[in-house]
Amino acid sequence: MALLEVENLQTHFRTPSGINRAVDGVSFHVNEGETLAIVGESGCGKSVTSMSLMRLIPEPPGRIAGSIRFAGKDLLKLSDREMRAIRGNDISMIFQEPMTSLNPVLTVGRQIRETLMIHQGLDKQAAEAHAIEMLTLVGIPEPKRRVREFPHQLSGGMRQRVMIAIALACSPKLLIADEPTTALDVTIQAQILKLMLDLKRRVGAAIILITHDLGVVAEIAERVMVMYAGRKVEEAPVAELFRSPRHPYTQGLLGAVPKLGSSLAGTTTRLAEIPGQVPDLRKPITGCVFAGRCALATDLCRQYAPGLEEKGPRHVAACHYAAKGAVAA
Amino acid sequence: MSVPLLQVNDLKKHFPVNKGLFGKKTEFVYAVDGVSFEIARGETLSLVGESGCGKSTVGRAILRLFDVTSGQVILDGQRIDDAAPATMRQMRRRVQVVFQDPFSSLNPRMRVRDILAEPIRNFGLAKSAIDLETRVTALMDTVRLPREALNRRPHEFSGGQRQRIGIARALAAEPELIVCDEAVSALDVSVKAQIVNLLQDLQREFGLALLFISHDLAIVEHMTHRVAVMYLGKIVEVAPRRQIFAAPRHPYTKALLSAVPLPEPGAQRNPIILGGDVPSPINPPKGCRFHTRCPYVFDRCRTEEPQLRSADGEQWVACHLDELPEG
Repeated sequence: MALLEVENLQTHFRTPSGINRAVDGVSFHVNEGETLAIVGESGCGKSVTSMSLMRLIPEPPGRIAGSIRFAGKDLLKLSDREMRAIRGNDISMIFQEPMTSLNPVLTVGRQIRETLMIHQGLDKQAAEAHAIEMLTLVGIPEPKRRVREFPHQLSGGMRQRVMIAIALACSPKLLIADEPTTALDVTIQAQILKLMLDLKRRVGAAIILITHDLGVVAEIAERVMVMYAGRKVEEAPVAELFRSPRHPYTQGLLGAVPKLGSSLAGTTTRLAEIPGQVPDLRKPITGCVFAGRCALATDLCRQYAPGLEEKGPRHVAACHYAAKGAVAA
Repeated sequence: MSVPLLQVNDLKKHFPVNKGLFGKKTEFVYAVDGVSFEIARGETLSLVGESGCGKSTVGRAILRLFDVTSGQVILDGQRIDDAAPATMRQMRRRVQVVFQDPFSSLNPRMRVRDILAEPIRNFGLAKSAIDLETRVTALMDTVRLPREALNRRPHEFSGGQRQRIGIARALAAEPELIVCDEAVSALDVSVKAQIVNLLQDLQREFGLALLFISHDLAIVEHMTHRVAVMYLGKIVEVAPRRQIFAAPRHPYTKALLSAVPLPEPGAQRNPIILGGDVPSPINPPKGCRFHTRCPYVFDRCRTEEPQLRSADGEQWVACHLDELPEG
């Protein structure tokens, strides 16, 4: 059974210039212990999706509809109090900016202790001991000294480790990581990705990884969902998606990234461009959301929005023209 | 070989930091500490490295956005690091810049027309008002923006379009060298590809030299002719693209390349994971600056600083290990 099942999620924001349909009818699931990557460019709704799961969207101006079933409970029907018991305990989150997501006036230890004391009912000593254990787990040297330090005394990579320690302190069933390595340098990114893989094996949490970096996706995801303009346009197991992307947007995205080692293979050709830009989500879109930028678009695409269709084993895409069945690579 | 377009000799830039009560005890951030390289006409040299390695400071020193601590910057045979304001003004036309953030590098109160006309007027490039208008519209065509957009202000454009305006502004002065300081880093994947292609087209069309400052190694490999890898204010390796990506020699270059995740699921990859963080440039480590994180460190690295050396005149490496015979 799926740990998380999201059905027709719609997160809209009321703005002075109309309703912004940031997420518009997205359905997906995450199994226990599985890593799902949500990929897309700025404004595609991937972060709003993750914030909606945690119910961190201010209402109003936001409005969340649909259903989010987590371990049998519909999160959208819970009271604020019940939701607080889930946040940081059963579901926790790592944000992109380790600089701004820690409280600068509290010690690192106090911030890890907080979740443990609230959710697990530990006393101060036990929580402190557990905090030191968590810092050791995420690979921070001299954890006994570090628990008493403030965030500004740590480097970016260390702060992200602290965020991970806080997120994992209560052994959550689901970890939502929103661009966890985007703000970090590559050598530090490599450390953090390795840490996340190790911890996943040990803690067994399911992960939703939100990112725009296809390299990171290939590295740690098992299944990938591609979003565009607030909708899900394609979903497939990671190897399948990279081998035979069906949606023209996914194909464009993969073609637009240069690969390391391309100059050696003599394949430094021109990068594929996706012409134009993302549509304005404040205006209703008839037809396919990608039609305005798609080279294959026809009148059919401009009039009727394609539904998600099975294109291969566990592979769905929302395109009238995407090939079905096995495709020769 | 003819004179290179740009020569940088032993460039140093130390920023003072005041410490202690009343700012008495002064320490220095050794942001750039002895960097030398050349760029030929029409060539792309990429400066790569992690945050705080000094790559942007090198770019800014070349633009002379501040005075350097020591060393020389020579443009087309003429020193510009100590040039008098009048001479410098003429030299500035020849070196232009495109910044990372297209949101803060354009004046929000100016129309695109004025943004593009300003450098043309300042350097007296237009002969008449009609010539000015022709130049401005031609620039819009060059960066593939609609001419109608000339009367709009920066906030009406998307990130990618703003970066095109930034590029058009740089081209307005008819430069020979453009410093691209993380010019595509803030852009989304599909827009990034558009801008990378545009830069490559422009380079071919105008024979521009580019100093491409970036931390994105895949983009660098795609664009560049040569690469200089920086670590804590020093160049640790410079080489043509092929050598850097096929046979990196410095342990830091190797680690940097191996750390980049590949967009190929299940790719065989053995990343060299460096321990720890980059040390502070206020107190850089003695000896080789990389010795605190280097997997191959030995005694000599802790005391003696390795110099850039080359066996073939193309690939230059600053590492004691590199002097040992192969094998």
